[in-house]
Amino acid sequence: MVWFKKKKGIQTPVGGLKIEMPDGMWLKCPGCMDLIYRREVEDNLKVCPKCDYHFKLGCRERCEQLFDGGKYEEFDMDVYPTDPLKFTDSKKYKDRIKEHQKRTGLVDAVINTEGKIASCPVIASVMHFGFMGGSMGSVVGEKVTRAFERAGRKNLPMITIASTGGARMQEGMLSLMQMAKTSQAAARFAATGNVFISILTDPSTAGVMASFAMLGDLIIAEPGALIGFAGPRVIKETIGEELPEGFQSAEFVREHGFVDIIVERKRLKKVLGSLLTFFTSAGKGSDLGELKAQG
Amino acid sequence: MPRTIKDFERPIIELEDAIDELTRAKDPRYASRIKALKKKLRKLYDETFSNLTAWQRVDLARHPDRPYMLDYVAQITTDFVELHGDRFFRDDPAIVVGLGIFKGRDVVIVGHQKGRDVKARIHRNFGMPHPEGYRKALRAMKLAEKFKKPVISIVDTPAAYPGIGAEERGQAEAIARNIYEMSRLRTPIVVVVTGEGGSGGALGLGVGDRVMMQENSIYSVIPPEGCAAILFRDGKRGPEAAEALKITAKDLLGLGIIDDIIEEPPGGAHRDPVAAASVLSEKLDATLDTICKMTLDDLLEARFRKFRAMGRYIDKSTEKSP
Repeated sequence: MVWFKKKKGIQTPVGGLKIEMPDGMWLKCPGCMDLIYRREVEDNLKVCPKCDYHFKLGCRERCEQLFDGGKYEEFDMDVYPTDPLKFTDSKKYKDRIKEHQKRTGLVDAVINTEGKIASCPVIASVMHFGFMGGSMGSVVGEKVTRAFERAGRKNLPMITIASTGGARMQEGMLSLMQMAKTSQAAARFAATGNVFISILTDPSTAGVMASFAMLGDLIIAEPGALIGFAGPRVIKETIGEELPEGFQSAEFVREHGFVDIIVERKRLKKVLGSLLTFFTSAGKGSDLGELKAQG
Repeated sequence: MPRTIKDFERPIIELEDAIDELTRAKDPRYASRIKALKKKLRKLYDETFSNLTAWQRVDLARHPDRPYMLDYVAQITTDFVELHGDRFFRDDPAIVVGLGIFKGRDVVIVGHQKGRDVKARIHRNFGMPHPEGYRKALRAMKLAEKFKKPVISIVDTPAAYPGIGAEERGQAEAIARNIYEMSRLRTPIVVVVTGEGGSGGALGLGVGDRVMMQENSIYSVIPPEGCAAILFRDGKRGPEAAEALKITAKDLLGLGIIDDIIEEPPGGAHRDPVAAASVLSEKLDATLDTICKMTLDDLLEARFRKFRAMGRYIDKSTEKSP
């Protein structure tokens, strides 16, 4: 239900800022179905103040929340998508790219950033679900690979933040091969002895999950995030029965041993800070207080 | 064995049956007629198979009579011992691994296995592995690395199985781990797609120094029907999606995804499995000859470079699109 509409243009001052939040002063929380005052959600890191539902974050919002002072540098901005297969479905892929670029202010579904978290310099590839479902095509694969390479060269920790439905169909097998490209980049990075932390947000599935996102030294998930290989609809159709309650939630995936810790958004920066200090401090004795509190 | 005949195969098979019947009659009066029919048959072969659509290739790649991994293994190895289990959970029959002697060479073979009849199909889960299948394959490949044997990987799966147990046991992790480890496995790996290269399910056995496809196999990021259901909102538009996704050996050679195409007998591997195996065997032998000569450091660097270069984008800082 929309009571008042804001003027367009004011909505998206910075590229990649807003996703999934409908216009208007009020919004309905998909978690508790209550109507909530939009400002309250936005002031609360886009988490429902009533039920803790974590709304999706755009890549820039995410970076502003995580990096010290909300400041970071973006790199590899010159890598642009193309249409290698001349693919057309209901629209030409070329037009679809343009439309998403215009809507999000982004070039493709990931940004590469460098900044500090708890004063620790890091490289982070941050995905944006609002750009074609955060799908991984040639650009995402190339940029994630370059970020691993840069982190390795500079001897810095690497963070990836997944928010994706998987490989980008419109680039066919070139997309599938990005799984190989990014995974081998993670392997080379591992040999440099620096830590790789993979953060899974809602949703994290398919091609990205079956490659770099599952290869972190540590894997962190946001509460309630959908995490898995196959999408729930495909599984339901394949097995022909209802899926159990909570199936493929972050909590389910942690219970089965594929996620290290679930961290609420409001504590993510602090937890990352503790972890980064732990993994870069060469045994000087880090403060794991934030982690203990997580349980 | 009951044969399955696809629509575009029918005219050929009817003609072949007619020739067979006339030949069996052993009547010299039919000689000229047989000769004429054989000429017609050759022409029909050329017309049908020189210009297959992507969808017809899908039909051939999924053909129920198509040779499967164990058929090829029986043909191309002089000895093969299957190994079982991932040492964590169970033995997954959708992936077969083992030790083989191939052309006088010790090899480790891993591959997807489909079933031929209903019972076997269910046993093999239609060639759709669970995580333990990938972990079993990784165990075999680690064995190959430790004992310095090259790996032959045979890819033929519709997909990694999308099910509850598969998710619980980490399908995504199992595939990611295999890709990661195969990219740095210190022994030669040659991959052949013999039937369906089904997305991540295929790539979980699909990283190697050489990746080849049989002429009528397919390799796709998503099944064409699935793509059609999502992008065209109509699962019946699979043939269109098959064309658009560029899934044939020829297309993928052009895109730099694969290194070589392995020819099949006229009409496809299922029409003459022995001949198909023989061509496959020659290609594998020649490929192993080449890559086994390289030092491991050179081999691994070349493997890395090969996958590092995959993808098409525009780099505006250099204005080159690789």
